[in-house]
Amino acid sequence: MGLIDRRMGIFLAGLFVLTVAIPYGNLAMSGQPVPSYVVSLLGKYLCYALLAVALDLVWGYCGILSLGHGAFFALGGYAMGMHLMREIGDRGVYANPDLPDFMVFLNYEALPWYWHGFDMFWFACIMVLAVPGLLAFVFGWFAFRSRVTGVYLSIITQAMTYALMLAFFRNEMGFGGNNGLTDFKDVLGFDLQSDVTRAWLFGLSGLALAAGLLIAKAITDSKLGKVLIAVRDAESRTRFLGYRVEEYKLFVFVVSAMMAGVAGALYVPQVGIINPGEFSPANSIEIVIWVALGGRGTLVGAALGAILVAGAKTLLTGWLPEVWLFALGALFVLVTIFLPKGVLGLIEGRQKGQSASRERAAARADGVDLEVRPEELRGEEVKS
Amino acid sequence: MSIQLALDGVSRSFDGFKAINELSLTVEKGELRAVIGPNGAGKTTMMDIITGKTRPDTGSVMWNQTIDLTEQDEAGAARLGIGRKFQKPTVFETQSVEDNIALSLAGERSVWASLFHRRSPAEATRITEILELVRLEDQRSDQAGDLSHGQKQWLEIGMLLAQDPELLLVDEPAAGMTDAETMRTADLLRDIAGKHTVIVVEHDMEFVRALDCRVTVLHQGHVLAEGSLDHVSANPEVVEVYLGR
Repeated sequence: MGLIDRRMGIFLAGLFVLTVAIPYGNLAMSGQPVPSYVVSLLGKYLCYALLAVALDLVWGYCGILSLGHGAFFALGGYAMGMHLMREIGDRGVYANPDLPDFMVFLNYEALPWYWHGFDMFWFACIMVLAVPGLLAFVFGWFAFRSRVTGVYLSIITQAMTYALMLAFFRNEMGFGGNNGLTDFKDVLGFDLQSDVTRAWLFGLSGLALAAGLLIAKAITDSKLGKVLIAVRDAESRTRFLGYRVEEYKLFVFVVSAMMAGVAGALYVPQVGIINPGEFSPANSIEIVIWVALGGRGTLVGAALGAILVAGAKTLLTGWLPEVWLFALGALFVLVTIFLPKGVLGLIEGRQKGQSASRERAAARADGVDLEVRPEELRGEEVKS
Repeated sequence: MSIQLALDGVSRSFDGFKAINELSLTVEKGELRAVIGPNGAGKTTMMDIITGKTRPDTGSVMWNQTIDLTEQDEAGAARLGIGRKFQKPTVFETQSVEDNIALSLAGERSVWASLFHRRSPAEATRITEILELVRLEDQRSDQAGDLSHGQKQWLEIGMLLAQDPELLLVDEPAAGMTDAETMRTADLLRDIAGKHTVIVVEHDMEFVRALDCRVTVLHQGHVLAEGSLDHVSANPEVVEVYLGR
């Protein structure tokens, strides 16, 4: 079958057309049929799509329902935001060449140690991968080794992102507290307000999404991907075959966190701000809804779900802001009941009328195992 | 003959209930052994201990007289060469029959090896051989979840063979099988023994008779009797706790 099957081919082709047509319509056509704000808005959706693919990799294929993926996204965003802050240099309100505005305002004398190096773009890029990756590694190391699974794991990932949110809200943390990082001027010398830079960022987001999809596809197509599915469906059985389940989970969790970090790093220059609100538990739950709505365990479906829900959110919040959360909740309930395989399952099911066997099997695979086993509570082995 | 597995004074209790009580048991290399006993005799716990799933409170479980299995986790025991077949067939339902065998095939189990694994011609041949042996070659690309109960049992046996373990622990293989299938399973296990060591836990007396091997009777986590089926059947204690019922 190869890396690019029919589903992936269609999506990537569509993505390619979009990443060419949107900047073209914005920059090159007379009358500017694509307004500049739309370019940034769609660029933001593509970052969300990459984040959804990252979650689908762990949830759809390995059964790890992370309710904290927003944290990895936000950390990637902060790493990029720190670089953008340093690049402002002495053009800030206080014109301090060494300290970002918020540090001057909060009477910092010198740059905190963990801000060093972020003046270099390459260093920030490494941190975009390293910080979420390291957090995922440490978190996963303890969680997976102690065999925390199912709903308990979901709860502690949620606690993780909540704790980070509280920490980043504190001014003493040195990340701008409540206001976060903003007022960015340029990146690598290119003006962030210019349409050309925005078009480039949009294009890069498209490229990152394509790369993320292909990396995730390569992983899930490999034997490792089959082991992940085995872990999702029958974890204990996989252990008895000699696979160290915790190592596999750790690997995919770290890869996924780094992917989420990249999504965050591309998101920040396009929206122009990163603040602790990105760590809020509601954000992480929304990611799960994107994936569920698009079609869990399909990668492309996850990306599609993110774009659809984010688009609906933009429309609805502009139109009837109070209604959005209710609409989101209703959407989730309806999709869970009527579209267990998500929007992608609906489209593909219509197209070729899949065999009953595949339908059944996929429905089984889609069932979220939130069953609480008393043995898990006691931390004891489950007797077969 | 050298000793494959030796349990010595193994005890394990759950919430005060002694599932295994001072259990000592020796199995030789290549031996076929049946373990019988009433419900709650500790058969499953015994298997959990051997396969690294449960750690005993006391006692030792020696593998090839050199390695203490109580220090291994499930994956560690599996990598040493211990395969286990569950009472309820447990296969990877959403994956194809072929992939189920491929996942079980002996080989490197590390993350990196799996990520860059390419199926070798030898492995492809082995997969086909096993599918033929368990008569599932026609179902090769079917989802394992769509197989019948009996076929799942066979698939799981195929997975065990693919794993190529030194010791096979088989939990009630005949459960849910037709009489003909049961007899075929007994034949297969007798064939496997010799090359592999096999421990079968079973309720079905017809099946145990067909295995024609040494029998260990467990009762309240302890060995009550051991010997040929006729020998243990003649033991009045065994008759009282198990056979007579």
